Amino acid sequence: MNIEMTLNGKLAKAEIEPGTLLLDLLRSLGCYSVKRGCETSNCGLCTVWMDGVPTLSCSVLAARADGHEITTLEGVREEAEAFGAFLAAEGADQCGFCSPGLIMNVLAMERELESPAMDEIREYLAGNLCRCTGYAGQMRAIEKYLNRKKEA
Amino acid sequence: MFRVKEYVKAGSLEEAYQLNQKKSNVLLGGMMWLKMGSNYKMTAIDLSGLGLDKIEETEEEFRIGCMCSLRQLEQHKGLNEYFGGVFKACTRHIVGTQFRNGATVGGSVFGRYGFSDILTCMMMLDTQVELYKGGIVSLEEFAKMPYNRDILVRVIIKKDGRKAAYVSQRPSKTDFPVIACGVAKKEDCWYVSIGARPGKAALVKLTAGESSLAEQAQAAAEQFAYGDNLRASGQYRKYLAGVYVRRLMEQLKGEEQK
Amino acid sequence: MEKKETFVGSSVSKKDYRALVTGKPVYTDDIAPRDCLVVKVLRCPHAHAWIEEIDTSKAAAYPGIEAVFTWEDCSQKRFTLAGQTYPEPSPYDRLVLDRRMRFVGDAAAIVAGATEEAVDRALKLIKIKYQVLEPVLDFRTAKDNPVLIHPEDSWQSLCTVGADNKRNLCAAGEEAHGDVDSILASCDHVIERTYHCKANQQAMMETFRTYAELDAYGRLVVTSSTQIPFHVRRIVANALDIPKSKVRVIKPRIGGGFGAKQTAVSEMYPAFVTWKTGKPSKMIFSRYESQIASSPRHEMEVTVRLGADKNGVFQAVDLYTLSNTGAFGEHGPTTVGLSGHKSIPLYSTIKAFRFHYDVVYTNTMSAGAYRGYGATQGIFALESAVNEMAMELHMDPVKLREMNMVHEGDVMPAYYGETANSCALDRCMKRAKEMIGWDEKWPCKDMGNGKVRAVGVAMAMQGSSISKVDVAGATLKLNDDGFYSLMIGASDMGTGCDTTLAQVAADCLGCDLDNIVTHGVDTDVSPYDSGSYASSTAYLTGMAVVKASQSMVEKIKEKGAEYLGLTADDVDFDGDRVYCVDGDAFISLKDIGNQVMCNNGKALEVTESHSSPVSPPPFMVGMAEIELDKETCAFELVDYVGVIDCGTPINPNLVRVQTEGGLGQGIGMAMFEDVTRSERGRVYENSFMQYKLPTRMDTGNIRVEIESSYEPTGPFGVKSVGEVVINTPSPAIAGAVAAATGVQIRELPVTPEKIFRELASSIK
Repeated sequence: MNIEMTLNGKLAKAEIEPGTLLLDLLRSLGCYSVKRGCETSNCGLCTVWMDGVPTLSCSVLAARADGHEITTLEGVREEAEAFGAFLAAEGADQCGFCSPGLIMNVLAMERELESPAMDEIREYLAGNLCRCTGYAGQMRAIEKYLNRKKEA
Repeated sequence: MFRVKEYVKAGSLEEAYQLNQKKSNVLLGGMMWLKMGSNYKMTAIDLSGLGLDKIEETEEEFRIGCMCSLRQLEQHKGLNEYFGGVFKACTRHIVGTQFRNGATVGGSVFGRYGFSDILTCMMMLDTQVELYKGGIVSLEEFAKMPYNRDILVRVIIKKDGRKAAYVSQRPSKTDFPVIACGVAKKEDCWYVSIGARPGKAALVKLTAGESSLAEQAQAAAEQFAYGDNLRASGQYRKYLAGVYVRRLMEQLKGEEQK
Repeated sequence: MEKKETFVGSSVSKKDYRALVTGKPVYTDDIAPRDCLVVKVLRCPHAHAWIEEIDTSKAAAYPGIEAVFTWEDCSQKRFTLAGQTYPEPSPYDRLVLDRRMRFVGDAAAIVAGATEEAVDRALKLIKIKYQVLEPVLDFRTAKDNPVLIHPEDSWQSLCTVGADNKRNLCAAGEEAHGDVDSILASCDHVIERTYHCKANQQAMMETFRTYAELDAYGRLVVTSSTQIPFHVRRIVANALDIPKSKVRVIKPRIGGGFGAKQTAVSEMYPAFVTWKTGKPSKMIFSRYESQIASSPRHEMEVTVRLGADKNGVFQAVDLYTLSNTGAFGEHGPTTVGLSGHKSIPLYSTIKAFRFHYDVVYTNTMSAGAYRGYGATQGIFALESAVNEMAMELHMDPVKLREMNMVHEGDVMPAYYGETANSCALDRCMKRAKEMIGWDEKWPCKDMGNGKVRAVGVAMAMQGSSISKVDVAGATLKLNDDGFYSLMIGASDMGTGCDTTLAQVAADCLGCDLDNIVTHGVDTDVSPYDSGSYASSTAYLTGMAVVKASQSMVEKIKEKGAEYLGLTADDVDFDGDRVYCVDGDAFISLKDIGNQVMCNNGKALEVTESHSSPVSPPPFMVGMAEIELDKETCAFELVDYVGVIDCGTPINPNLVRVQTEGGLGQGIGMAMFEDVTRSERGRVYENSFMQYKLPTRMDTGNIRVEIESSYEPTGPFGVKSVGEVVINTPSPAIAGAVAAATGVQIRELPVTPEKIFRELASSIK
């Protein structure tokens, strides 16, 4: 079947199988930032935005993206790099495999919550697993990133 | 891996219902659980084009479309204000924000999963489900019904003045619950719902008596059956149920006296 | 040479961070050729079985299927998947495909096809007639069990490790110092307890994955997410029974390893398919496969007898470890050693010790290497026993440790007689106490709301490389305009060694960090390095980089002197230029770099190797504060304090994140991560839905500080940090629970229900 969606701001047409998952479609379209880390919707690595809402692309049929707006990390590279520099400054980028999903959710949180407290941040991002950092460095980076924006 | 031969975005509930009569077809919710099975299905039926993703509030009730996400329940002001925040309490520990953005109320309730926080929470309230063919039935009854090929269109929760409280214990913060407890109170009636026993939530009604809350909680907890699974033994669950039901009763009692 | 800017000790960002945070395609599956065959393995549903018949005709005929392979297609020479230096201590007990199935998930057949869907269909079309055999599932019954896991005569042990396949023994041994039994008999207090650690999963976010292709020369190029490229070259050659010269291994960016990828879990399958078909192929492990057929921690049961005099001075330790290596022996003979060698030496007052062990085969998934590598299990046992001893003595467990702990300069008889030349353990303890407020908080405080807060403590050590075994390598090249290439054989798996080793080189060469380009591992190009494991990279490869830099400086001086018409004795090098010591003549590094590319007979390229006769231990103290609900026994980790002595931190931020990350994994191990099996040997925790990694809501407040020491044998005083950091949470958290409740949980994870049951039975 054929679908049309807005992918990172541009119209994208694709021929897909009805059972194709959005994750696999996005990778086949060159959005390699989208990673698979589990098969049970637990890890958050595959997070993209669907109409601006952070979504697990492993759990959405590509067919459902028809007529919708999909954003991957490739579509917000500048912002990703700005926040990513904070991650790296803490050494918290580490293996980097969970970074795209985390960054997508952090940027979504920034749009959704106003001045979130640390506990709110933890709760918002609880679905983004990381095995390298124990989260502490990530949390420092997020806090500094949000504060910098506040001060600016 | 989940595979499907065809995908149909239903144009009407009738179309969806007709397609769903075939056992080899499947109705899509948020696809959180569905995609984990290694089943081959003929047609995936998508209800996402029918405008069923809204929570409507009227004088008498809340009407929650089956395609509403768990995140909508979590964030809905009216629902949470009316019922003391139980919808935030029962959703916030479910995996993560992205998961709750995807998982649907219809999928959660229709599935009648043992681990379901949603079912447990809604069970203590005056909740009904609207089935496309089966009409309106109470959630308590629906939970006991065998699985059929009807469509759960929406969930209706009455604003009947119940005060409610909810708690769960989980091995880790976003894991399935070891026990999930909801207690609601209206006048002198306690509505006690316990899920993840590990069986699916059920409801017990008690008339508030003269005995201590601990005794009443114990009496309520005794009326459920408990079992073992990976996360806990039935014995521990039963003990926890007694403790948490008492605490929720105390909480509601305390709020009443304020 | 004078130093200018110093990068060692500076928290620079990792060289590759931009690619990582902008989602560039740098990982194995991102760069695999698009036309790769998809490779999958048919996994056996039985814990122990013999393949009587296997019919692949329907699967092979399915559209899109390239090939189906069975045991009949494979070499019958056994090998090991363990990433270890040859001759490997791990027995040669594997085939690519075998007739005997040894655990639920063992490989029965390989299918390669054009699409994943075709391969999945074909897997279901393979018909196998199994003779189901009785399995050995309880590792306590494995030794001398009549059911043998490896009865075959082709089984082989290359090293003297006490292995005997006719007894289900992968290794066995005993060592002693002093008369343990008589000293224990004279002790005022003896604690004898058994502790149990499970087969935890490393659970790196990127599962095992590999692709293979043939190059223009007909050689097999294997690109893999691995910690051990050079060992993989040998392992693949062994598995396929082809010359090692035919194999090239490349490591791209890796999405985490933690030891999991110190075993060649995925490599042989696509390598085999590509070698047989000539076509590129890839295998991407699902999370499910990574949970059921991989290389988790060795399940161990450790029995400790710890004796102390009436004042609490330790006298003797007797430690017995029973280790479950599972169906195959990868890392079995070596992990067990650390359970004694890296726990007992924490205490220097001990006059005698005995350490004995058995490592047994069972019909469970093969174990492997996981951060801590046996030390974690031994330290959970010994540190818990010390906490129990403190309770028996009614003593503060910190004071008890302060009385008995190892200090700088102490000889460690249980650690190959090595001397602790750098040891800040005492300072780590002091600082940890201050950070958590131990004296105010120990043992516990009733919060008055049904909750109690309590604290627990543990110490830990590890090594820095495998002494007299590991080989590190570094190559430096001077290029045009005077920039350097640093080629290393150690695998950066996210840890940042491509950056930290460049920091070392930059300081030795007196140049800017950006003037050094680090090249990751390609076995055709990189200098030999055993790999990134055994806490070796910073300590050992770091020293190879120091040596290579020193040699490079000498070469630059020689060349510069030649161009200046002087001798090397007349000149010095300041990082930018070679200059005459008594005069004004000089030549810039840039000019040297450019000039050597014309009419030059001496390459400005050096390779140095390094091995170490010692393995200096890093030390650590961890303290946990928990809040426990007295009624339900549910508890939360409120605070975790870790203070680490890793010698000199090359990059303090990366040290800190390593430490926090290791603590995070240790917290998961202590509280949530369980491995249980059905009666028939199926692992229940086969997904992230069932195997619960800690989330950021579970890890509490992790706070880390560094107490530096100076290790004389390490580059710039460096010791390791990678592994020691996982060892304290289990005993510290169990200790905090004991302080809160009075009951000690001896089997991980420490769950509320276990506490509840222990409390209930202690009341009875």
